[in-house]
Amino acid sequence: MKSRYLPLLLVVGIAALPFVTDIALGRSWVRLLDFALLYAMLALGLNIVVGYAGLLDLGYVAFYAVGAYSYAMLASPHIGIHLPLYVLLPTGALLAAAFGALLGAPTLGLRGDYLAIVTMGFGEIIRIFLRNLSITNGPAGIDLIDPIAIGGFSFSASHTLFGFTLPGIYNYYFLFVGLTTLILLMSKRLEGSRIGRAWAAIREDEIAAKAMGLNTKNLKLLAFAMGATFGGISGVLFAGFQGFVSPESFTMNESVMILCMVVLGGMGHLRGVLLGALLLAILPEAFRPLAQLQQSAFDQVYLDPANLRMLLFAVALIAVMILRPEGLWPSPVRKRELHDKEGDDRPLPPSGQPTGSDSVPGHTGVSAADAGGVA
Amino acid sequence: MSALLEVKGLQVHYGGIQAVKGIDLDVHEGELVTLIGANGAGKTSTLNALSGLLKPAAGSITFAGQPLAGMPVHQLITAGLALVPEGRGVFPRLTVAENLAMGAYVRADQAEVRKDLDRMFGLFERLHERRDQKAGTLSGGEQQMLAIGRALMGRPRMLLLDEPSMGLAPLMVQKIIAVIRQVAAEGMTVLLVEQNARLALQAAQRAYVMEGGRISFSDTAHACLNDPRVRAAYLGE
Repeated sequence: MKSRYLPLLLVVGIAALPFVTDIALGRSWVRLLDFALLYAMLALGLNIVVGYAGLLDLGYVAFYAVGAYSYAMLASPHIGIHLPLYVLLPTGALLAAAFGALLGAPTLGLRGDYLAIVTMGFGEIIRIFLRNLSITNGPAGIDLIDPIAIGGFSFSASHTLFGFTLPGIYNYYFLFVGLTTLILLMSKRLEGSRIGRAWAAIREDEIAAKAMGLNTKNLKLLAFAMGATFGGISGVLFAGFQGFVSPESFTMNESVMILCMVVLGGMGHLRGVLLGALLLAILPEAFRPLAQLQQSAFDQVYLDPANLRMLLFAVALIAVMILRPEGLWPSPVRKRELHDKEGDDRPLPPSGQPTGSDSVPGHTGVSAADAGGVA
Repeated sequence: MSALLEVKGLQVHYGGIQAVKGIDLDVHEGELVTLIGANGAGKTSTLNALSGLLKPAAGSITFAGQPLAGMPVHQLITAGLALVPEGRGVFPRLTVAENLAMGAYVRADQAEVRKDLDRMFGLFERLHERRDQKAGTLSGGEQQMLAIGRALMGRPRMLLLDEPSMGLAPLMVQKIIAVIRQVAAEGMTVLLVEQNARLALQAAQRAYVMEGGRISFSDTAHACLNDPRVRAAYLGE
């Protein structure tokens, strides 16, 4: 019976969460929840690139920036254009996808560390452009961005429902929950699809994947573009929610943070990635009271609370990576991958016969009947 | 009858040296042909040129009347040529069944694919027993069987096998050769590139012997087995 009521329980829990949080912790925590959901969307997007296709991307925040700035420039007094969301959401998504393909194209031949460095460079290029172009208003950023509105319903305004007055952060919460769910479902479908399986094959062995007839170039580009699309969507929402964007929101730290969410939660596993994103978005705030604790304990603040928070955060991350390298909530496949050291975990086959007895250790390629060596 | 695979004047450069110095080679429909030679004779470079991993410096490769040079690797399977890469190249963290399904990636006839999957499990009993096990946990010989089965799932017209005996114990090598013979007996055209000359010659109908980037000798496999030069150079007599 438990499983039957679980979905209902989940829906009620998610719906009640902002109200409970507001009462228990205060309104700023509801805002934090909104941000956590934005991060969840970002992490799910990056998961497509890193988790599914196995391409390490350290410049993912660039796509978030592209989405955010596309909304900021086309829905603010900055240029004087105010386009509606139903135009800007697809625009931001498509623009980010185009940038994703643009980044993907020159990096197709690269793997691992080399790819990471190039993507990192790409992220920085975008940020520096935003900082130095006059059309993006340079380091000052763009202010007075229109709030997100659908029809006449503005998400930033307070609305009264059943006699309760709900401030903007509640509206955004429900909007973000809806979109996160949508992205989650899309990812789920993608994972089990033909494309998802092809990505898994590329992650495992690119040459073999090519020999199976997979167009690895196009599939990698698709992964970059799909991941970037979700990043762009999150960016659009961020700009409308925050009402202000500046290049400082899109530093490399953000890229690293999003990557941490994916890795910490469990690469390639949707529930894990979601957990990682929510946890890492909220954790730094949760460490905030430590400054007061110091004050009351020692009558003095020895360690700057901001630094202390980051220190504890780093310790927590390292601990998780040592104790659970596969992530907090990994997919069964990923778990096998990281605990698999050249077949030392070979399970006994059902029949009880040991496998692997016919391999020559070290694959030296010398067998009894082979008498090569003649030039 | 014109050859299914026809190689003419093929030259391949690899890492600054001329690894293949102009060879002619052909394989007819339904034949099991082997290309043997010592380490560094140019066998792998030849195969890499056939499979599109290396670009030939000169010469032509024609498959089913279609030039292969310049064709991207991923289009080979659609053209009907399946490569079983050296070192097997299975997807270690996908299950046996998933690996086999990957082999049929370019095919749209799902009902036929399912039939072929059953056929593979019939051909390779060991794979059937381990169908839900991840491929990385299989033994080397089982992985080689999986790689061959996976290539067959694409319903190719011809199979390119690169050193299938590599790294396997003698008993398993015999089993793999038996499998290759069986596949060939069912009508598959096979080009077997092997270092293990004796076994390759016992299985094949015709053979090319490669030496220093050139074909030094070619005849029926039976004649090669009895040729004093081949016996001296490759069979250790």
